[in-house]
Amino acid sequence: MEEALPFAPAFPDDDSDAWVAALRTSGPARDAATTRLYELLLRAARFEVNRRRGMLPHLRGDDLDDLATQSADDALMAIMAKLESFRGDSRFTTWAYKFALLEAAVKLRRRAWQGREIPLEPETWNLFEAERPTPHGSAEQGELLLEIQAAIRDGLSPHQREVLVALAINGVPIDVLAERLDTTRGALYKTLHDARKKLRAHVASKGMTV
Amino acid sequence: MNEDDRLIGRLLGPEGPELTCDECFEQLDRYVELELADADADRVIPGMRAHLEGCPACHEDHDSLKALAAGE
Repeated sequence: MEEALPFAPAFPDDDSDAWVAALRTSGPARDAATTRLYELLLRAARFEVNRRRGMLPHLRGDDLDDLATQSADDALMAIMAKLESFRGDSRFTTWAYKFALLEAAVKLRRRAWQGREIPLEPETWNLFEAERPTPHGSAEQGELLLEIQAAIRDGLSPHQREVLVALAINGVPIDVLAERLDTTRGALYKTLHDARKKLRAHVASKGMTV
Repeated sequence: MNEDDRLIGRLLGPEGPELTCDECFEQLDRYVELELADADADRVIPGMRAHLEGCPACHEDHDSLKALAAGE
């Protein structure tokens, strides 16, 4: 018997249709809609900056507001270029917010790491040592970590190892690493995904369960 | 969950199929709306939850969008 579809909200709604229609038109109606959209994006960018301002304790209020303004500017450009791709699967405002939040989050992460060296080697392999100064977990976890360490050392390509170490061990934000390596978040995550797959296959081959 | 669990989780990532970062961004607004409506977002968009567990940046973007959209 066919299962009932899960409940889902009904979109597109009237308000979203009105947004898209106004932005697709020309003249004063479009100008007014663009102004309203920009205000909305600026609000979203400021929301994100306020959420993450702890990452940048040295920045003044004016600098943070500049960052929010740049994020809203870039988000508006992205949205106008991608307006035709809005499929109405959500409220238009939610769809638009994600562009402003992304722009602000990426700028915040990059600013927080500005001038900092990106560690591509583990800062310490002590994390993996069975007899660590302070035991963090069980003996089984220690053995698993040793196998993972062996797979990182022997089973990954140099690029996979650098990406995995930077992202998963040293906590470098993916957008920061993408900028430094002149690549994209998507390409780096694919590398990370492939590396993780190899590590999982290695520990499975040793009969270990995760 | 102890420190080792978290490290192992970061190294091995989520189990099973997951979306890419681009697919995640593409579907994020829809996923959040489904969550806010108490619908079964993970059934409608399989692979999103796993990706959010494996990608801290997309996870943060998700949390921000959900918080912002919830306040509308």
